[in-house]
Amino acid sequence: MCAMKYADPAPSLLRYRFERLWLKPSVRRTVRLWLPLAVVAGGIWMAAHNPAVQGATQQGWNALRDTVAARPELQVDTLEFPDVSPDLQAQIQALVPLDLPKSAIDLKVADIKAAIETLDAVKQAEVRITGNGTLEIRALERRPVLVWRDGSMLRLVDETGHKVAELARRNARPDLPLIAGKGADAAVAEAMKLFETAAPIAPRLRGFVRVGERRWDVVLDRGQTIMLPENGAITALRHVLELHKADDLLNRDIIVVDMRNPDRPVLRLTETAIEELRRLRAKVRGEDA
Amino acid sequence: MMTPSLFEMQREMRQRREAAVKRGVVGILDIGTSKVVCLVLQFAPNLNTEPSVSGHVTIPSMGAFRVIGVGTTRSRGVRFGEISVMDETERAIRTAVQRAQKMAGTRVDDVIVSFAGGRPRSYGLGGEVQVENGEVSERDIGHAMAACDVPPYGEDRQPIHAMPVAYTLDHEAGLSDPRGMVGSRLAVDMHMLTVNDTVVQNLLHCVGRCDLEVAGLAVSSFASGISTLVENEQELGAACIDMGAGATGISIFIKKQLIYADAVRLGGDHITNDIRQGLQVPQDVAERIKTLHGGLLATGADDREMIEVPNPMAQWDNDRRHVSRSDLIGVMRPRVEEILEEVRDRLDAAGFEELPHQQIVLTGGSSQIPGLDDVAARILGRRVRIGPPLRVRGLPQMASGPGFAAAVGLALHASFPQDECWDFEMPADRIGTRKMRRAFRWFRNNW
Repeated sequence: MCAMKYADPAPSLLRYRFERLWLKPSVRRTVRLWLPLAVVAGGIWMAAHNPAVQGATQQGWNALRDTVAARPELQVDTLEFPDVSPDLQAQIQALVPLDLPKSAIDLKVADIKAAIETLDAVKQAEVRITGNGTLEIRALERRPVLVWRDGSMLRLVDETGHKVAELARRNARPDLPLIAGKGADAAVAEAMKLFETAAPIAPRLRGFVRVGERRWDVVLDRGQTIMLPENGAITALRHVLELHKADDLLNRDIIVVDMRNPDRPVLRLTETAIEELRRLRAKVRGEDA
Repeated sequence: MMTPSLFEMQREMRQRREAAVKRGVVGILDIGTSKVVCLVLQFAPNLNTEPSVSGHVTIPSMGAFRVIGVGTTRSRGVRFGEISVMDETERAIRTAVQRAQKMAGTRVDDVIVSFAGGRPRSYGLGGEVQVENGEVSERDIGHAMAACDVPPYGEDRQPIHAMPVAYTLDHEAGLSDPRGMVGSRLAVDMHMLTVNDTVVQNLLHCVGRCDLEVAGLAVSSFASGISTLVENEQELGAACIDMGAGATGISIFIKKQLIYADAVRLGGDHITNDIRQGLQVPQDVAERIKTLHGGLLATGADDREMIEVPNPMAQWDNDRRHVSRSDLIGVMRPRVEEILEEVRDRLDAAGFEELPHQQIVLTGGSSQIPGLDDVAARILGRRVRIGPPLRVRGLPQMASGPGFAAAVGLALHASFPQDECWDFEMPADRIGTRKMRRAFRWFRNNW
């Protein structure tokens, strides 16, 4: 009798239970999707927090960057300043040290632009790398319109009151009007208008003084001053000029024309003028007496 | 008293089955003597849900199912359709379930179990009750069923099926569904089937050990009847003989209701045993000879057809024995005749002759013996046919033979469950007293 031994086809209880568990959709999804995802995420997280890996990554990255930066296509070797004055060119080159040739990747164009725009003389700068390895810098210079005497300093100021350059002597720019006083730079526009208005007396004009950061005094030669009000300074000045035109006011013996109250102009005479006035009045009274 | 517990258990199974059908996957487990079959059914979401007559008892019209997994394995540790070795049976169930699950690709949690053994015994009960509100309601039917006087079926037995067969309302007999009808006296004829309690408990325990939930229990002869009898036969009256390996089940249907079920504890294994003894061959060889060459009608040609039989005492390779096929038939036929005679006795005792239409359908693995229909017609004396089960969707060819009648029937039963006694609301007084008694017992035990 040949007793053949057949293998038991029945699954063991453990295997049976495992297969039933495996047939649960949630278990399958967990094992097939979430578990690998969790392992991968965990691995990445651990690698990211490992200093050795971080160092290696940084090195590799730097090396890659260097190779890219060394490409001849990215080399910038010439510097051009179309329509920038030589004086400003020198300033710019002193401010932004550019040791060309350099890679376009290493050039921070925005930084260069910001650095150039910190220059007083530059209103707006434009920096760009053109295709054939040229760094092109354009700068819109500020145009000085006034000379501002701030204490012992003489400064050139543009129409917004921004400083353009320093001036050694007033005579260097006799064509520009002079302003003085604290806070004068904040009211440059008004000063310019006053300067335009004062054109008839331009030869006699010495400058404008800002008083109390509030109002202007027009200073003429011979120590004459026209005190203008805070509001309506232009009108007041015109008023004075009309008076001058009609009565030759400013050529008379007057120190101050006080227009601070526009309705009631006040004149201050010189000492001699006052004495003369008294003498004349006394004479008139004597004649009367 | 075991009855209340089984009542609750059946009700629980019913709920579990409905839940499982709603979820979409139900397992079918037919534990037979020769093989364990597991089918995995996939139910379509309720496509054709009809509103049921009342809200309480739903008549699930969920016919749309397909078989998505089949697992079959040789059964071990089962004798006469009853579990004799728990471990072996458990392993066989695990194998079948695992195969079916693998094929289906889904997990099965709820299974409906059928078995052949347990010595089923049928009882016809009758109960009569006054209709409460003129119109017959669920409650009235429940009351009528509760009014049935239950014969003493023995302490060691449990009702496994209790189905209302026909109702009589006043003088109108033979109603199949009196719900909503108007009358005053409602009588119910109930068919109750009891089986051995130990057998059922063992079975439930064994299935439970495989991590499965039992969502229904059925006697396999009942399930075979559902799948093999065509509608006409079920309506007019027919008997289904499920010739299994360890037991031969009998079920009689009329008006689409099971009215009698029984089992003869004889089957194909006994034929194999006879061959084993008669031809002096080992069990597996006997089984093989039976399957390949077996027959029941000898002709002259069979005398000359020699079957090679391995000689257990063979000294050299070509020392063979030869047996003629007529000898084999001579061994097999008396046992088949014995089985069929036993079946005839049971049918006679059940009063099958009084039915208007007496079709007999043979099914089960042993019904595939050639010539069985002739022998059966000679012994049972009526119209006999051999019937493979109904084709259901998705069932592979391999699993559509007569041997799978019970499994297929169970699948059909799962999709069209018949009303059972426990589907109806029982009168409150019974349940109430039991609850009171339980509460009282708890109080006494704990204080």
